[in-house]
Amino acid sequence: MALDRDLVGRSYPPSAVYEVGRAKIAEFATAIGEDDPIHRDADAARAAGYPDVIAPPTFAIAVTLEAANVVLGDPDVSLDYSRVVHGEQRFTHHRPIRAGDRLVAITTIDAVRTVAGNDMLTTRVDLATEDGEAVCTATSMLVARGAA
Amino acid sequence: MSRPALADLEVGSELPEQVFRVTRADLVRYAGASGDFNPIHWNDRVATSVGLPGVIAHGMFTMALAARVVTGWTGDPGALVEYHVRFGRPVVVPDDDAGAEVTVRGKVGAVLEDGGVRIDLTVTSGGEKVLSLARATVRLA
Repeated sequence: MALDRDLVGRSYPPSAVYEVGRAKIAEFATAIGEDDPIHRDADAARAAGYPDVIAPPTFAIAVTLEAANVVLGDPDVSLDYSRVVHGEQRFTHHRPIRAGDRLVAITTIDAVRTVAGNDMLTTRVDLATEDGEAVCTATSMLVARGAA
Repeated sequence: MSRPALADLEVGSELPEQVFRVTRADLVRYAGASGDFNPIHWNDRVATSVGLPGVIAHGMFTMALAARVVTGWTGDPGALVEYHVRFGRPVVVPDDDAGAEVTVRGKVGAVLEDGGVRIDLTVTSGGEKVLSLARATVRLA
């Protein structure tokens, strides 16, 4: 089923606040095998010039994945989720995510395309602090593979 | 390892290669940490029912491993400001102790006018490229 091109530009209401915890950052660092103390030890992070432990560069997905579910729940977005794979991912970091951040996500549909029977949906999640400081923009392209 | 200095960089300079071993246990741990519980990353029955050869690694997990080559090189994970990948081919992770092997190589692709450095990454598993257009931009102090 082709996606409606009118969806492009649709933006969803801001998410609830996501408070970034030190333990969550450490858990994520462990999961990707990263042992840099900058992700676990606030003193090490401060010595490197950060106010608190910082997250690994792809940690943002743990916040944006949940936020982007708002698109998958939109009845106007007809994607066959059993056939969805992740096509592309981009992160633009305005500054590193750090423990104590209270982040709000705003999700927008950036593009819809159909190529060779595959629906492609590009969503952008802008993460900012609740005070409005831009932190990270995460753009994901999902592909629903057409039934063979 | 000493940190790279902008003045010493040349386009084409290579970053230290890293080889990562990925097992089913790693995928379970990553699922929990990231919140991505899609069963194609832990359940063979579901993975094969949607036409995959078997359980595959989260693309985001492979992307995270590739970033470690960059952050390990700069010595500052906060220096990575832009990061893009295209997921070309899945990393199939067998249900055994050996798992899959992911090899990440990086080289300096460009020194940008604003002082950023673009790192071009080559990420392979089983001799096949699994990520394409994998590029990270870092800002070196």
